Amino acid sequence: MRVVLSRLGPLLGLGVVWGLFAAAIGGKFSSWENQRLMLLQTSIVATAAIGATFVIVAGAIDLSVGSAIALGTVVIALLLGTGMSPLLAAALGIACLGSIGALIGRLVTGRIRLSPFIVTLAMWGALRGAAKGLGDNGPVYVDGKPWLMDLMQNSGAGRFLGAAPGVWLTIALAVLAAFVLRATRFGRHVFAVGSNEETARLCGVPVARTKLTVFLVAGVCAGLAAVLQLAYLGMGDPTTAEGHELRVIAAVVIGGASLTGGEGSILGTLVGALLMTVVDNGCTKLGLANWVQEIVTGAIILVAVVLDRLRLRRS
Amino acid sequence: MRGICKRFGPTVALDRVDFDVRAGEVHALLGENGAGKSTLMGVLAGAIAMDTGAIELDGRPFAPGHPAAARTAGVAHIHQELALAPHLSVAANVMLGIEPVHDGTLGRLGILDRSELRRRAAAALARVGRADLPLDAPVARLGIAERQLVEIARSVAIGARVVVFDEPTSSLTRAGVAHLFELTKALRADGVAIVWISHFLEELRAIADRCTVLRDGANAGTFALSDVRDDELVARMVGREIEALHARSARQRGEVLLEVDGLTLHRGEVLGIAGLVGAGRTELVRAIFGLDPVRSGRVRVRAHGGPRSPRASWRDGVGFVSEDRKGEGLALARTIAENVALPKLPSWPTAPALAAATSASIETLGVRCTGPAQRVRELSGGNQQKVALARLLFADCDVWLLDEPTRGIDVAARAEVHRLIDGLAAGSSGDRPRGVLLVSSQLPELLAVCDRIAVMRAGRLGPARDVRDLDEHALLEEALP
Repeated sequence: MRVVLSRLGPLLGLGVVWGLFAAAIGGKFSSWENQRLMLLQTSIVATAAIGATFVIVAGAIDLSVGSAIALGTVVIALLLGTGMSPLLAAALGIACLGSIGALIGRLVTGRIRLSPFIVTLAMWGALRGAAKGLGDNGPVYVDGKPWLMDLMQNSGAGRFLGAAPGVWLTIALAVLAAFVLRATRFGRHVFAVGSNEETARLCGVPVARTKLTVFLVAGVCAGLAAVLQLAYLGMGDPTTAEGHELRVIAAVVIGGASLTGGEGSILGTLVGALLMTVVDNGCTKLGLANWVQEIVTGAIILVAVVLDRLRLRRS
Repeated sequence: MRGICKRFGPTVALDRVDFDVRAGEVHALLGENGAGKSTLMGVLAGAIAMDTGAIELDGRPFAPGHPAAARTAGVAHIHQELALAPHLSVAANVMLGIEPVHDGTLGRLGILDRSELRRRAAAALARVGRADLPLDAPVARLGIAERQLVEIARSVAIGARVVVFDEPTSSLTRAGVAHLFELTKALRADGVAIVWISHFLEELRAIADRCTVLRDGANAGTFALSDVRDDELVARMVGREIEALHARSARQRGEVLLEVDGLTLHRGEVLGIAGLVGAGRTELVRAIFGLDPVRSGRVRVRAHGGPRSPRASWRDGVGFVSEDRKGEGLALARTIAENVALPKLPSWPTAPALAAATSASIETLGVRCTGPAQRVRELSGGNQQKVALARLLFADCDVWLLDEPTRGIDVAARAEVHRLIDGLAAGSSGDRPRGVLLVSSQLPELLAVCDRIAVMRAGRLGPARDVRDLDEHALLEEALP
């Protein structure tokens, strides 16, 4: 029972916060229409955060997500501009961010072992710069209306089973990721490396390969997030997704992951991402200023981590 | 120091120890690994809180709550692993924690008096005979002997009344040792009380005036070195009656499982490796297992030669239990099942699958837990060790490389581990016999559990000899440098 309760801790928190806003605001907050909007708003950060969960569970960190998403939107928009099929353009964009992830993993596990913080801090700057360079310092507009742009369509005809197709894409990715993390050897290796790298090595876990794969996974997820972001904006934008790297980390941490590695779950990450959206949305509906939202989000991160610590200490 | 007692959980580390060191003498502290030397000096230096007992320093009661308090009072502890900040300069390291500040307002603001700092650091370095060391060079650029002198200069700078040297010569060259001896004698002539921990009896005779032997956490006698022979000291160190340990089952020696230059491990036997800490025993087993690279020489597991890696070792049925249970042996934040199954994960390692696969091994080892899903962090030391051992059982290993498997666990758990090792070698309850390579600092343990024992000294492995031809005295004499 206690195990179940502690597993569901973040979910409970989400329910409480949602309930409070619903009670304070009423129909304007709790309407189906608003739920759909919140899911849509969450899906981009959540998609990237699913990848970041692998990285953080493995005991590493990725600060380059926001810049990577921006670069992804620009690359895909440019490819669409060449008249390429939308599917191929998206696949190439995802492959591009995936290989950047693999490069990060290579640098982190190579002969000169660089710390993930440093490598991804460098990428945070470099990828943003690359996006601006490719976009010639401005947005890249997409001519016509390739079907890729309908992924974040939230109104009537564009919806699929009641939500934007992009939301379903995020959910499908989450199910797949949760399965990989919990039911495959690779997933167990990620937990083991994050919990104690020396133990993992002693037990014959391919530590370097696991770490490299984790960054590759994060890159691919950032690529998917870039596809969604592109669809949301309707164009490639080198200045978009600024600060997303920190929102992504916040989502993973609110979801119960430990920044020292070895703990974390996909469900928790999704809840963390949703919680931040609910706070933003609710505060806006209450007419609170932007700065209040930001303070509340900060407070929630602290509260979530403190609660998590208390839970661990009790057990 | 009078009647010092210290327990760590169920183990008694110090049992009513009396110890005194006079101004102007070098007092040697002797004893086997784990006899309590480091704990006693830790208490003196404020790093370990004693349970009961009293310390006097210069005739006044002295109860340091933490190392800084002990240093202020004039007790300097120079560890084997030096406590220096490698990025800081020589001068900053000498004056660490006692940095002088300017007079008046500047001083109250904590503004350093740099010239005074350099002057005092230079004076302390001159006192240890190395006025030539560059004050501004980062310590990381110095050699090991010079670093040690920086640390001694620090104890001079704080005006230490008592200086504890913990195995100070272990990493020094002959010339370095000679200089250290001269320096020690000079400190002694100044009326400093010096405690000298070392295994080298020859060295003690050259430098120390008196010596105290610790055995199993108790004082086994204090002597003037001129009045006592080497073999008497060794006898004092060994002393105890061999504890009643688990009886040995009949064993049938089988084929060779593991072959390293000069060492073979057969199925159905327990082969012990004795030696002092730092003799290279851990390095040897790690190299055999493939955790550290093998520079030269060969390791053969059954028919397999070739390069070793942990992965290949597990595949060939070779398992390893690390001496560093928390740092390396176990992923403490993860579950028992994950820790046990990690070397050989099933193809779909969901939580229920892991629990089902590992429950038999966990049960056989008698791990006391709420179930396979419990986190290892929540277990006692003895139960954690059983999890580390269950991993080898789960992987069905033929060769068990065990590095200090009973370190830091209570008597009951230790007996269980001994029973397990005996069962492995004998092939209990219809199971095939295995081969066990046991590294231990506990000589009684080795003598009780092993069939053959080889001694390592300064990185060299002696021949493995039948345990019936050995006793503690012989092993210790071979192990001492």
